[in-house]
Amino acid sequence: MAVTAVAGAEARPIPRPRRLEDERWLALALLMPTAILLGLFIAYPFFEGVLLSLTSQRVGVPGEFVGLKNFVKIWNDSIFRTTVWNTFWYTGVTTVFKLALGLWLAMLLNRHFKGKALVRAFILLPFIIPTVLSTFAWKWMFDPTFSVINWTLYQLGFITQRINWLGDPDLAMTSIIIVNIWRGVPFFAISLLAGLQTISPELNEAAAIDGARPWNRFWYVTWPLLLPVTMVVMLFSVIQTFADFQLVYVMTGGGPANATHLFATYAYQLGIGTGLLSEGAAISLAMFPFLFIIVVVQLLYIRRVETR
Amino acid sequence: MAEVTVRKLNKKFDLTHVVKDVDLQIHDKEFVVFVGPSGCGKTTTLRMIAGLEAVTSGEILIDNTIVNEVPPMDRDIAMVFQNYALYPHMSVAGNMAFGLKMRKFEKAEIEKRIKRAADILGIGELLHRKPRQLSGGQRQRVALGRAIVRDPKVFLFDEPLSNLDAKLRVQMRVELKKLHERLAVTSIYVTHDQVEAMTLGDRVVVMKDGWVQQVGEPLELYNTPANRFVAGFIGSPAMNFADVTLSGGDGKLWAEAPGLKIGLPAPIAQRVNGRNGAKATMGIRPEDLHIAGPADPGELCFDVEVEVVEQLGSEILLDTRAGNSTFVASVEPTLRTKVHDRLKLAINPNRLHLFDAQTEAVI
Repeated sequence: MAVTAVAGAEARPIPRPRRLEDERWLALALLMPTAILLGLFIAYPFFEGVLLSLTSQRVGVPGEFVGLKNFVKIWNDSIFRTTVWNTFWYTGVTTVFKLALGLWLAMLLNRHFKGKALVRAFILLPFIIPTVLSTFAWKWMFDPTFSVINWTLYQLGFITQRINWLGDPDLAMTSIIIVNIWRGVPFFAISLLAGLQTISPELNEAAAIDGARPWNRFWYVTWPLLLPVTMVVMLFSVIQTFADFQLVYVMTGGGPANATHLFATYAYQLGIGTGLLSEGAAISLAMFPFLFIIVVVQLLYIRRVETR
Repeated sequence: MAEVTVRKLNKKFDLTHVVKDVDLQIHDKEFVVFVGPSGCGKTTTLRMIAGLEAVTSGEILIDNTIVNEVPPMDRDIAMVFQNYALYPHMSVAGNMAFGLKMRKFEKAEIEKRIKRAADILGIGELLHRKPRQLSGGQRQRVALGRAIVRDPKVFLFDEPLSNLDAKLRVQMRVELKKLHERLAVTSIYVTHDQVEAMTLGDRVVVMKDGWVQQVGEPLELYNTPANRFVAGFIGSPAMNFADVTLSGGDGKLWAEAPGLKIGLPAPIAQRVNGRNGAKATMGIRPEDLHIAGPADPGELCFDVEVEVVEQLGSEILLDTRAGNSTFVASVEPTLRTKVHDRLKLAINPNRLHLFDAQTEAVI
C-alpha cells in the first residue's frame, strides 16, 4: 500500500491547495461580512462622532479642531447637569418599577388559567405598538385641557382643579416615567416569564413539602434561580432606557424649561435643533463612560451569578 | 410514626377521571408500593397524599386526622421526586438543611442531622458540592438525605429510581430496603416497575385506569392474582394466556382451544361448575410449564412447536405455539432444542389460573 501511494504521488502533480482550504483564510472570509457591517455602521460613526466632538463644526460651518473645548463647555452647562441627573433618575426609577411590576405579572402569567395564551399576547401590546404612536396617545391623556386622567380623577372626587401634567417640571418627569414603565413592563414580564418557565415546578413542590411558605419559596428558590435572567433583562433595559429618545421627544421635547431632557434629547436639540453639531456630539459621547461603567458592573455581576 | 388512610379517594382533571374510589389502609412502618402502567393514577394518588394535588372527593387521613385541606408543609411528610428536585443553587448540605431551616431548627441540631444522614447514605464527602457536580446516583442519595433529615411521619417516593441505569437501580433498590429496615418509617412508593414493587413492598397496590385492581403482599399477588391484569402485570416473564372454551363430560371439566385440551384440576372445576360452553381465559406462568415426562398425566399435557429459543444461562425461555395460542415456558438450561422442534409441555395443575372472558376476574 505504502509503495503504491508513493508511486501515485510521484505520478500525479500535487494539487495546489486552494485558498479557502487554509483555515486562516477561511476564518477571515467568514468574518468579513460581520466586520464590514460593524465597521461601517458602528465603528465608523462612533469615531466620526468622536472627531466631530473635538471640532467647532456647526451646520454650514466646517469648523476646526478645538480639542476638549466642547466638553469643558458642557461641563459648565447647567442644563447638561440637569440632563445627567434626569437620565439617572429616569433610568433608576423606571427600572425598579419595571422589574417589580414585570416580575409580578410574570408570576401571575406563570399560573394556569383559562385564556392564558391570549392574555400573554395582550401583555405584549405596549411593547409592540410603535413607541411614537403610543406616546402620542399618552400625550393626549396628559393634555392640560382634554386629559382623560384629570377627568376621571375629577369625577371620582379626588381633585377639584386640573393637574398640569406636562407643564409642571416635576410632574412632567413623573409623567414620562409612567409612560416608560408602561412601555417597558411587557418586556420584563415576558422575559421573566420565559425565565420562570425554565424553573422546574418540582422545585417549588419540594420546597413546599420541605416546609417553605409561599414567600420563602419565592425568596429561597424562585428568585435565586431567576437571577441570571433578571440581570440580563435589566442590562438590556438599562441600556435602552439610558439612551431613550422617542418618548421624551414626543411627550415634552425636553421641556418644560429643559426639565425633562435626557442625554439623547439634549444632544439632538443642541446638535440638530440649534445646529451646534460638535456640541451635540460631545453630549452624546458623554453618555459613553456612564453606560460603559454600568454595563461592565452588570456584566461582572451576571458572570458571578451564573458561575454560582 | 404514622398510619395513612385513604377513603373513597377521587381525582378529576377537568373531564378526565384519573383516580377512582381508592380505599387504602397503610399501617405504621409499612412499606407500600403503588404499581401500574403509566396513566393509572398512582402518581396522582401519591401527590394527593403529599398535598400537591387537590382532592376531588374522598378523604386522606394521616394518624387519624383528615388532612384534605392541610397544606403540604404541615403534613409532616417528606418526598423524593423522580428528577430528584434538588435546589441547584444550594450545596448538598444546603439542600438537606433547607427543610430544617424552614422549620426553625437550631443550627447545631441541623448539623447533627445532616451528619447522621450523610453517614447513613455515604455522602459525607459531597456535602459542599453543588447538585450539578454529582452523578445520578449521588443526586439520588442527596434527595434521600433531604427526606431523612426531616425525620417525617411518612416518606413518599415518586419513581425515585427510574432515572438511574439498570445496575445502579438494583443497587439502590437494595439500599432503599435496608434504609427502610433501619429507619422504620411509613413509606409509600410509586413505580411502574413490577420488580421494584415485588422486592420493596411489604404490600403492593396494583392500579389500572384509576382503579385499584388488587392490594396484597407480593407473593399473594403472584400466586393468587385477582384478575387477568394483575396476573399479566406481576411476574417476569409474563404469564401466558390462552382463550379457551369450557366443556364438561364424564365428570370432568376441560379447557379447550385449537391444539389444546387441558383437564381442569378439581378445585377450579368446582368453581367453574355450571359454566359449560362458556368462554374463559386460561393463565399459566412460564415457570409452571415444563417438558412433559412419563409421570405427567396426559390431560395436563399439550403439543407445541418451538418458535424461539432464548438462552439466559440459568434457564431457557422457549417461545412456543399450540394451535393459535402461544406459550413461553421456562425450562432447564440443560435442554437441547432448536426452532421448529416439536415438544410436549406439561402444566403444573395447582398453578393454573382461569379468568372470566368478560369481567377478566379470576374464576
